[in-house]
Formats: sequence, C-alpha cells, structure tokens
Amino acid sequence: MKVSIPQPLRSYTGEDTDVEADGATVEELLADLDRRYPGIRFRMVDEQDSIRKHMKIFVNRVPVRTLDTALEPSDHVQILQALSGG
Amino acid sequence: MADPQSPESPEPAGESHPLDPRRHHPLELGAAEGPVLFVGTRKGSWALSADRERKNWKLTGPVFLGHIVNHVVVDPRDRHTILMAVRTGHLGPTIFRSTDLGKSWSEASRPPAFEKAAPGEEGRVVEFTSWLSPGHASEPGVWYAGTSPQALFRSEDHGASWESVSGFNDHPMWRTWTGDGTDDTPDGPMTHSVLIDPRDSNHIYLGMSGGGFFESVDKGADWKPLNKGSVADFAPDPNPEFGQDPHRVALHPMDPDLLYQQNHCGIYRMHRPDGIWDRIGDNMPPDVGDVGFSIVLHPRDPQTVWVFPMDGTDVWPRTSPGGKPAVYRTRDGGQSWERQDRGLPASQAWYTVKRQAMTGDSRDPLGIYFGTTSGEIWASTDEGESWARIAEHLPHVYSLEIAELGG
Repeated sequence: MKVSIPQPLRSYTGEDTDVEADGATVEELLADLDRRYPGIRFRMVDEQDSIRKHMKIFVNRVPVRTLDTALEPSDHVQILQALSGG
Repeated sequence: MADPQSPESPEPAGESHPLDPRRHHPLELGAAEGPVLFVGTRKGSWALSADRERKNWKLTGPVFLGHIVNHVVVDPRDRHTILMAVRTGHLGPTIFRSTDLGKSWSEASRPPAFEKAAPGEEGRVVEFTSWLSPGHASEPGVWYAGTSPQALFRSEDHGASWESVSGFNDHPMWRTWTGDGTDDTPDGPMTHSVLIDPRDSNHIYLGMSGGGFFESVDKGADWKPLNKGSVADFAPDPNPEFGQDPHRVALHPMDPDLLYQQNHCGIYRMHRPDGIWDRIGDNMPPDVGDVGFSIVLHPRDPQTVWVFPMDGTDVWPRTSPGGKPAVYRTRDGGQSWERQDRGLPASQAWYTVKRQAMTGDSRDPLGIYFGTTSGEIWASTDEGESWARIAEHLPHVYSLEIAELGG
C-alpha cells in the first residue's frame, strides 16, 4: 500500500515522498518499512511501542494511535509530524 | 552509499544514511595539522580545524542541519571514528557514526533504548542521548552512552548497537536515585561525565544532573553514590547521600585518583581514597561565586583547572555574571583563582557556556576553548591568558570536543 513520508523522515527513503510497504496492521506495516528503510521505525515509535508524541499516523485520513489498527491493501497511510520549528 | 571500513578497525557496517546535500555537508578536515574542534549545536554539527600554530581555524559543515546534536566525539583509540548523539524535535533519538572522519555517516542499528516493559509494567523511554564516552584503551570498540532520563548504555561494536547497562538502569535504587521523573530540569535530566579509570576498565564513574555522582568497580554491575561533602542546598537535607546536581566531573589522566567537579552548588575536588568532596569554589571571588557548568583540567598539571562561572544569584540567569564573561584558572588545586578575560567582551555579553561546551587540547602551551549559547566559539592558545573568537553566528552550542587527528 501507499505510505506518505514526512520531510524529516525522507532521508531514510532517499527523499521519496511516497513509498510502498505491506502489512495487515500498522505494526506490520512499520516493520516492513523498517526492513526497507532501516532505522525509520525507531524515529517514529519508541521502545515501548508507543507512537512518539509529535508523530501522527493517518489511515485513509483518520488518525490512529495504536499499532494494532488493521489495514487493507487499498488503504493509504500518511505519516505526519507536528508542525513546529525554530 | 557503502559504509566505509577502515583496515585498522573491523567495524560492522551500519545502515548507511544518505545525506541530503541541502542540509548535510561532508566534513572537510584536510590534513588537520592542528587540533580539530567538533561542535554540537541545537541545529546541527560543525567542525573547526586549525593550522599547526592554532592561529587560523577553518569551519566546515553543517552536518545534519536542523537536528539537535548533543555530543560529537572522536574515538581517540583510532582517530577516525566519530559518534554523534542526535535527535530532533519530532523524531526519536539516535546515534550517527562516521568511520571516515565525517565524510559519510551511518546510523546505529540499535540506538540506546530501554527494554520493553512487561505487560502491566510502566515502560521507560530514552528521550535523548546526552553523553558519549569512548571505553578503556584496552577495549577497542567499547563506548558508553548516558541518556535522558538518566541511564547508561554500552556498545561493544564501535557504536553500531547499544545494550542497557542493567546494573545501573535496573538497579533496585534506580527510581530513587534518578528522581523517577518527578524533579526533571527544564531541558530534561541528563547523564554525563561517564569516566573510565585509565588503570582499570572495571572502574567507572557517572554523573547525573540531577541525582549525584556514582561509582562502579565491577564494570557497571553495581553502583554506589559518591557524594560525601558535596552540597544540595536546594534539597530538604542539604547533605544527602545522593540527589546532588553535579554539572560536570573530570578525572585527571596523570593522577586518576584526583577528581574535579563543577556542581550546581559549587566547585569541588576529591582525592578518591579519601572519598570526600572538598569545596574549592569557596576560594572564588564572592561577587562571582562558584556556580557554572563546565570544568577543564590541564592534562600535564593536576593542580591547574579552568572553570567558566555563571550567574548563580538565582536559579534562572545562568549567564556570565554581570554580563562580563571570564574564565577562572587555579594553578594550586583550587586554593586560589585568577580571572582570565583578556579579549573577551568587557560588558553586555550575556551568554551561557553549557556543561559540554568547554574543552582543552593537549598542546604546549595548552589551548582552551568554549562555545556559547549565542553561537560563538572562543579560543585561547596561551592557557587562558588571552582569548580570540574563532567562530560566530552558529546555533546555540551544546558541546565542544577536541581531537588530534595526526594529519
């Protein structure tokens, strides 16, 4: 399925904005992303398997907060960061 | 991009981390006939390389522009491996590694992280790595990392993967020693000053700000507080067994039983066999005081020490006292101190020098360097007698480390 990557994580994807990854749950999807782009998962998800507080994951434009959320192959996953800087 | 391998060090190849040329510039250190300063800032990392006379300094970088770089350290055992403790405001913390002196970088395959908690138990999360220490000379490839919240991690593969030092992180007293997150400082509690006794790789110290100074004699399997004599004037008991706020501790390389400490509550010295901190900051001028963050030792003279006092009249200023920055030097082990400010701004300079933002080289005469929260780097190549600004307009400086690359 299509996964949209935010700018701070594109150094892992070779600057690609949208990538492909597979999984029946968000957890499986992130594991697949980490296989394809090693290190990317830990920047989004901490060692207790919580999505880091400034990261947001949307499935078909609906926010999810737990990794056990089910996915369909046709889903569009968007990973976003909180807007801040400076 | 392949992770470059050195023929001298059989390091594991980490995952390469492509550098976007818009935000990352390979460090260009050239022949580096003089010392090289590695600068960690709130917005990335730079390096300053000197000519043989240390008169001209060349700035190179940035590397990882936009990332919070807490510490950048060159491995003195091989002089080509660099570890960098990094996070951003959004992403989790990690360690980047270079084995070609900053031309290319790879990411640790397992950055410092706590074990996953058992179901029903409260899990701990590393917020950032605050400190990096190369291990003992007899243990090439070993590094230690101190984190926020206060915890210790160890790598045995040149920083490619990290394991929890369970003897500290899972010690029955850990939550009590570290304050359990209930007394965090605004920038987060930090582990720092991970010191390895050059005579014994099993003998390790660490500092916690706050929490106190601790010692292990069994390579981290067990730990004991080592704070007798150091004050915690902010606590209900001003002389507790632990809970002090050491800002930086240094061990003298010629006399490893001699420790110096810049604490939230003064400047101290300890002869380890005695086990008692002696407040040598009481000999500082009263109108300046002995609050500060950093401390630098003369590697060839155990009695010579530099500090950079901060305004300690209240909790919050922590800027140069009176807006008049100065380094103070003792040459008699803290019995007396002399002000060294020639070349520094005479007034209206309100910067702060953080705990890891002051260092010294090993040349003769010794060079002393500090970085400021206003993005300036200052250097003295005459042991503090005079100062010159060698860089400005950088972001808020968190750390300065110096290396001799032997070019």
